[in-house]
Amino acid sequence: MTSENIFVRYLPLLLLAVLWEIAPRVHFVDPSELPPLSAVGAAWWSLLLDGDLWTNGVSSFFNWFFGLGSSIVVGIALGVMMAWSTTIDDIASPLVKALYPMPKSALIPVMILWLGLGAGSKIASIAMSCLLPVILSAYNGARGVDQTLIWSARACGASNREVLWEVILPGALPEILAGIRNAVAISFIVLVASELLVGQRGLGYLISFLGEGGVYDAMFAVVITVSALGFFADRAYLYFMRRTLVWRE
Amino acid sequence: MAGSGIVFGAVSHTYRPMRGRPVLALDGVSLEVKEREFVALLGPSGCGKSTLLYLLGGFLPIESGSITVSGKRVTQPGPDRGIVFQNYSLFPWKTVKQNVLYGLEKQRMPKAERERRAQELIDLVHLKGFEDSYPSQLSGGMKQRVAIARTLAIDPATLLMDEPFGALDAQTRTLMHEELLAIMQRSPKTVVFVTHDVREAVYLADRVAVMTARPGRIKEIVDTRPPHGARTEYQQTPEFTAKVDYLWNLVRDEAIRAQEEEHG
Repeated sequence: MTSENIFVRYLPLLLLAVLWEIAPRVHFVDPSELPPLSAVGAAWWSLLLDGDLWTNGVSSFFNWFFGLGSSIVVGIALGVMMAWSTTIDDIASPLVKALYPMPKSALIPVMILWLGLGAGSKIASIAMSCLLPVILSAYNGARGVDQTLIWSARACGASNREVLWEVILPGALPEILAGIRNAVAISFIVLVASELLVGQRGLGYLISFLGEGGVYDAMFAVVITVSALGFFADRAYLYFMRRTLVWRE
Repeated sequence: MAGSGIVFGAVSHTYRPMRGRPVLALDGVSLEVKEREFVALLGPSGCGKSTLLYLLGGFLPIESGSITVSGKRVTQPGPDRGIVFQNYSLFPWKTVKQNVLYGLEKQRMPKAERERRAQELIDLVHLKGFEDSYPSQLSGGMKQRVAIARTLAIDPATLLMDEPFGALDAQTRTLMHEELLAIMQRSPKTVVFVTHDVREAVYLADRVAVMTARPGRIKEIVDTRPPHGARTEYQQTPEFTAKVDYLWNLVRDEAIRAQEEEHG
């Protein structure tokens, strides 16, 4: 953080907002392609009042929550198991490494083919895309746990199961939490992309619907809403992460 | 109750790294440690002294030979053998108190009793007031005292120490030596102490087992008990200096050999 002063820190954002308001008004850019910020703000307000933002937001939240949530649960379990057992590692590692560089959005059409046009394919797309960073962070985190920590626990009388829950998982937590932060970023991308592609509800759908209908001020309002949600989700997550890892100085 | 004497019977151990050739780390090590005796394993780095300790702890499989503690063969780690590592090995996500409580929880001690026991140990290692600190907030010496408290809390008959003061500065190390001796006087234990510091070995141990450079064998066992009881004054006596010189000459050759091997 370069500046303590909140006004100075967000000054560039404020300048951008002013520029966005003036440029279309003086016809520096075509206002039909980039409506002035005040018009976008008014459109946002009416979207909020007639409930479009809310109903589509709830639908998106549902997909996001279950997609990301399942990837976190499955990803941690798989990653830790790979670190725990060489057999599982030998089977899963080549798959994980081969799938890692794949563009996440390429999964969306496959999921639509398998699971249809509803929420299922979107949840699955998000879950599959977020799975790999979570697996890798859990795997690396669990493997990085100091051998002498495990031995200390064993010498205190801990069973293998207890070592897993009481030493490996907490020991891997800093890496896992960093991996989940990447997953959160990916989840927003895939959420919007999957709803843009097909569907009848969700914020991504609302963007494409408004865009195709030429209602650009409202379209920009939804784009800004999605960006802000992504930003605040990351901030909230960072706050949660710092609080969880207070023991690290 | 059976004694807690330790018998190493012709223990050999081969390290098999993922890449490269297998290395014979220990070659037929036989050694007896009597109940409540303090034995130091002294040798150059890479002589397998820590490996011997890990085998005794049950952390590595014993491939050749046998180790018995109180007549029972070592097959896995157990609360009868507590260990203190050089890198402290505290659970960084647990506070001082929680670290000390860990072993007591594993031993299913009732809550009120373990709270009392943990506080007793924290007081013993002079960390009163730091109960709720995390390891990252402590100095090296304090961390090692927490580790010692955690290990002593479950009252193991045997204490394994793997260069426990090797990472500390000279002053802190001297203080820790005195504290360890004081603790051992209050609750005597069988101790196997790995070190490459000759003075430390002579000062703390009843006997010092000198090990050869790789592969590790026992080269000589030297009695280092102070002739007239008290250890603190022992360091200033000519007998002490003579013992240190004698052991240093034994270790020196091995250290040179170990260095030559390392540089090819």
